[in-house]
Amino acid sequence: MLEQVNLVKELADKHGRRRDSLIPILQGLMEEKNYLTDEAMVLVAKELDISAADVYGTASFYTFMDTDVRGKYVIRICKTISCSMKGKIDVLHTIEETLKIKVGETTSDKKFSLLETNCIGWCHKAPAMLINDTPYTELTPQKVTEILQEYMKL
Amino acid sequence: MSKYSMHLLVCGGTGCRASASDAIVENLKTELEAKGLSDTVQVIMTGCFGFCEKGPIVKVSPDNTFYVQVKPEDARKIVEEHVIKGRKVRELLYVDPKANEVIEDSKHMGFYKKQIRIALRNCGFINPEILDEYISRDGYLALGKALTEMTPEEVIKEIKASGLRGRGGAGFPTGLKWELSRQSQSDKKYVVCNADEGDPGAFMDRSILEGDPHSVLEAMAICGYCIGADTGLVYIRAEYPLAIQRLKVAISQAREYGLLGKDIFGTGFNFDIELKYGAGAFVCGEETALIHSMEGHRGEPTLKPPFPSVSGYLGKPTNVNNVETFANIPVILLKGSAWFSSIGTEKSKGTKVFALAGKINNVGLIEVPMGTTLREVIFEIGGGIKNGRKFKAVQTGGPSGGCLTEKHLDLPIDYESLVANGSMMGSGGMIVLDEDDCMVSIAKYFLDFTVEESCGKCSPCRIGNKRLYELLDKICKGNGVADDLTRLKNLGLVIKDTSLCGLGQSSPNPVLSTLENFMVEYTEHVHDKKCRAGECKALMTYSILEEHCVGCTACARACPVGAITGERKQLHVINPAICIKCGACLEKCKFDAVIVQ
Repeated sequence: MLEQVNLVKELADKHGRRRDSLIPILQGLMEEKNYLTDEAMVLVAKELDISAADVYGTASFYTFMDTDVRGKYVIRICKTISCSMKGKIDVLHTIEETLKIKVGETTSDKKFSLLETNCIGWCHKAPAMLINDTPYTELTPQKVTEILQEYMKL
Repeated sequence: MSKYSMHLLVCGGTGCRASASDAIVENLKTELEAKGLSDTVQVIMTGCFGFCEKGPIVKVSPDNTFYVQVKPEDARKIVEEHVIKGRKVRELLYVDPKANEVIEDSKHMGFYKKQIRIALRNCGFINPEILDEYISRDGYLALGKALTEMTPEEVIKEIKASGLRGRGGAGFPTGLKWELSRQSQSDKKYVVCNADEGDPGAFMDRSILEGDPHSVLEAMAICGYCIGADTGLVYIRAEYPLAIQRLKVAISQAREYGLLGKDIFGTGFNFDIELKYGAGAFVCGEETALIHSMEGHRGEPTLKPPFPSVSGYLGKPTNVNNVETFANIPVILLKGSAWFSSIGTEKSKGTKVFALAGKINNVGLIEVPMGTTLREVIFEIGGGIKNGRKFKAVQTGGPSGGCLTEKHLDLPIDYESLVANGSMMGSGGMIVLDEDDCMVSIAKYFLDFTVEESCGKCSPCRIGNKRLYELLDKICKGNGVADDLTRLKNLGLVIKDTSLCGLGQSSPNPVLSTLENFMVEYTEHVHDKKCRAGECKALMTYSILEEHCVGCTACARACPVGAITGERKQLHVINPAICIKCGACLEKCKFDAVIVQ
């Protein structure tokens, strides 16, 4: 808890305590942990002197700011039409089978979360996914298995 | 660059990087080193060449040899054969799929022949992380010219005369926007670059920022000079990590060289640029929503007026332009408005970058003069449809656009012609569809996108699009009735008329344009319960071919609902009344006896 208090303070010192500092602060928290806890949002609200509901309302608007518990590695597979045309569904099934979770779920060891996302701009190298900040493209069931195995070792 | 007699340009666009272009650069350098050629041949990692279909790409300058699908282990061959012996490595050259001919020079490739590259001029030619390379291609010359030889009014006049219009989709005249921002009186003004690209199928802004970030920074400074702003903000989506990194490098280099910061070129003009990151909300591409997001609020749009040029970021006049729009500015100032306006059509000047995706041979980025026909784009530059299938339609403008069909192939593309035909320019994504794509499903797909990305502020968009989606889903599931088609159209028109922002006003376009152009597919779904493309699972019927069935019972055992009956070693039969069309029998049958119609 104390750690989080300090982190919020640190981020507020860096980005300021104005309204327009809110999103950079939340993004800073996301970098530390892949989702925003209720406690963290309350701390941010206190620090910026705005209501916690306002912080939650802003955070929940953006798909890249999760307010649900997420794993260490968040997999976002593109569900856009150009990826669907190139066999995204088989890749998705492979991920689901490998990790034994469905879209929207997190593995019990809190290591992986699987989400779908709208276009991430890799239409020419479809199908594509992001694992945290790293894009992976031209996926096949085999390629995605290899990628996941690498992450499992980490 | 002059001390080198040859350059090996390796594409460092994210697409090619994902396929090991880092290793190619590494190996080329090692090979050159080993042959003692490091001082005469330079290896450069450039921005995207646009021909992503055949990446990774290595281009040899000055002879324009264009090697495709290069692997790291090919580096030795390129150095030993091409660099040392002067013989081209034939197996790495591009083969024209139509004529089946090897093409040595990129200038003769169908893909490049019809293109004019203005916004993408430096992508694939310079190392985007080295400012000197941008400068060597007249970089920051336009800013220097504007600051030292022209008044802000003269620059705006030049941009107005060029006829440049917003490349983000709406096509608002850029010069006029600058003039309005200039006329607003305020102690503080902002220049904002909208890099929140999110249209499905579009990736040109990412490529420009990754391949030529300085062109955008330079243009933002010119804009700042014109409207009287000293601060620029780039709102970029968090999904583009490489573009963010290149921008950061570019900004710090420009500051180091004094091209950003205080007293630029000793003229007393101050201008600096900061980055703001998006967080995954498509609607933030709308300028008022973008501004709210930068202010730390939910990214919801507000009614215009007031326009951002009067009251924008933090209530101050703000000029918002798209990445591609900015990338055109320096060239216009250097080559003049007369040159720029000589390209294109009467009302749409210059070029447009399109992102080709879907069932097309050459996926990637292209830049063509306005007025180029769809046929030229898809068949000559794009190399036609994949696997020799038949062209069905092209969805332009993403979820806000519509589909264009065979009868539109000879339509010269510009802002007006697309709107007149029920589509729109949008940011320039083109998703090509072939005969295997079901148009009802395509419309449903785009509605699914809009439903998810609608910010929820106004009810036509929030509720109306959801209802549209439900109607389409009902039709795809085989439960559609004749009235649904009228309902789709009426509801679509109401949403268009009554939504608050551009997202809602254009979201029914995919439905309306498919209704217009592919009514027959809709009626087949509704009346005949048939999907000709075979995409709508619920409309398929499964049956067993008598001559192939050996009576192994595998299908009957796999069927989760007991719809298949038959004795051992006897013909099996599927009862369509019970069948849930899950496809389990098809998967299990080893004798190709199960067929789907």
